[in-house]
Amino acid sequence: MSKTLFDKIWDSHVVKPVEGGMEVLYIDRHFIHEVTSPQAFDGLRQRNIPVFRTKNTVATADHNVPTQNQHLPIADPLGRFQVEKLTENCNEFGVDLYGLGHRWQGIVHVIGPELGITQPGMTIVCGDSHTSTHGAFGTIAFGIGTSQVEQVLASQCLLLKRPKRMRITVDGELAEGVVSKDIILYIISKLSAAGGTGYFVEYAGSAIRSLSMEARMTICNMSIEMGARGGLIAPDETTFEYVRGREFAPQGAAFEAAVAKWRELYSDPDAVFDKEYHYRAEDIAPMITYGTNPGMGIPVDEAIPTAPTPGDSLASFEKSLGYMGFAAGENLLGKPIHHVFIGSCTNSRIEDLRLAAKFVQGKQKAPHVSAMIVPGSKQVEAQAKAEGLDKIFIAAGFEFREPGCSACLGMNEDKVPAGEYCVSTSNRNFEGRQGPGARTILASPLTAVASAVEGKIVDVRSLLN
Amino acid sequence: MEKFTHIISTAVPLPMEDVDTDQIIPARFLKATTREGFGDNLFRDWRYHPDGSPKADFVLNNPTYSGKILVAGKNFGCGSSREHAAWSLTDYGFKVVVSSFFADIFRGNALNNGLLPVQVSPAFLDEMFKAIENDPQVKFIVSLEHQTIAIAGTEREEQFDIDPFRKVCMINGYDDIDYLLSLKDEIEQFEKKNLTENTAPVANASIS
Repeated sequence: MSKTLFDKIWDSHVVKPVEGGMEVLYIDRHFIHEVTSPQAFDGLRQRNIPVFRTKNTVATADHNVPTQNQHLPIADPLGRFQVEKLTENCNEFGVDLYGLGHRWQGIVHVIGPELGITQPGMTIVCGDSHTSTHGAFGTIAFGIGTSQVEQVLASQCLLLKRPKRMRITVDGELAEGVVSKDIILYIISKLSAAGGTGYFVEYAGSAIRSLSMEARMTICNMSIEMGARGGLIAPDETTFEYVRGREFAPQGAAFEAAVAKWRELYSDPDAVFDKEYHYRAEDIAPMITYGTNPGMGIPVDEAIPTAPTPGDSLASFEKSLGYMGFAAGENLLGKPIHHVFIGSCTNSRIEDLRLAAKFVQGKQKAPHVSAMIVPGSKQVEAQAKAEGLDKIFIAAGFEFREPGCSACLGMNEDKVPAGEYCVSTSNRNFEGRQGPGARTILASPLTAVASAVEGKIVDVRSLLN
Repeated sequence: MEKFTHIISTAVPLPMEDVDTDQIIPARFLKATTREGFGDNLFRDWRYHPDGSPKADFVLNNPTYSGKILVAGKNFGCGSSREHAAWSLTDYGFKVVVSSFFADIFRGNALNNGLLPVQVSPAFLDEMFKAIENDPQVKFIVSLEHQTIAIAGTEREEQFDIDPFRKVCMINGYDDIDYLLSLKDEIEQFEKKNLTENTAPVANASIS
């Protein structure tokens, strides 16, 4: 019988079906971090049970770590305690930790792929909704709550109901100045912040195939922003070449044997999806958000809608615009901004930094804008420095920080002040996400860096060539 | 986990759509390492001014409304996977959240903490909001056993869906983890088969 890629991977991981339609799914890789794991370890302690498969589990500290002076003790006592707790828990239960100071530390969804821990065909979970990032490798990867973190630590399994399948096909070629972040913001603006709920998405089509692994990760990363538990892309030569030679990837003959199996990971031509959408890459412009959920996106040169999308209430629409200080029907081009944040598990990889550095080289940020680059990992940081990107950013007036989740969620001190606008390459523009009262405008690294230079929201296409 | 069978209570209306988990519990309050105490910061930035004084116009600060049921607009709980969102709602005292649509991860987290997500039709949700508007003391009857939610003193009642396994867990206060631990032998057999036969690319590369 023909199967979707999703079903091929899912079926190969079912330990046991359960009466009533749920299934026990085996989990190959479990990433943990300081914020959503302490209560899970406490649960193990209360039950007096070990971590079932320590070798399938890997930990890092990312969510609340400072992005300056990481060699010093964390100043915030609560943050410090949480990071110390992670270290204690990993030591006690025998879990590998790439914590602060380790050369592999970084945002969990950046380090998994770059270390080759993420490999095609796997099931991967983490107590973080952006675990969907790993789907770029042809994996079933999704975020879980802390109770489920405890379940995976205890049994390497989860009890789940199989989601429905959606395929989103994007064919054609992107225009200059349009990048993968724009593709996913465009898709979410079409489907809304809830349009994918209950589904697992496969991204397909020539525009997706032509993307690098890092660009694919940006797309899969934001699957959750339309409510989909995860999104995946069939692995291909681009995938295999990315994985080849990485720290924890199979090596030599074992790698070739693995690739032979990974080549079977695709949706059969006549596989049936519960829902399908088709888009043309040529229709996609640089995107920005204007509201307080990622579904509220528009092409940068178009006006904010004059009414809520059907099904949404006027009250929510008006509350959202009121929070942002925008008016219905307003065009945001030329709107002054205060901050630019380039970072997060969505856009903090070396290609993102290269793209931003290439644009900013020889230019200066606008005097009234504060601009911050936060690399996704120690390895990204080291690579950027090796290429001299840090010097380009600093010469342009940007700050070049140390790795962490940073201003994406404002758990550490990297916050946007109330009422101020931040063009951000992160994934959520919720109220207060970047700090109480902060106003977030989501965009690609290219639009973000161009906005930093101009000091206002710009259409990067007008500044290229 | 606490057992849940049925509840009769007044309700707190929150007629907003897309209430995300950053609103339910902002990230800066996620630094605790236990499950307790999150209720104080439930809806923190909607509920309190930056100086900590209550915002009079927010529903939780309005003594007219109280109860163990929260009624909210569609796509409740979207965004982050933080289970702290469910913990803050239960710690505050809610036992049921009603909406016309729930985000996936939140729904699972709620069920794992004895907080019942009741998904109703948009029309019934509207009726509930109107009933509360007309009489803030109106009670709602939620029966998990019968999978019904009713507006007390009226004929209005609606069925809701819940996975049969989840229902049994909620009614008996069981955690998934008890069940998964009971499968240890089967999980080990699964690993053995997939490691030795190598039929699927699972668990075939040790991390360290």
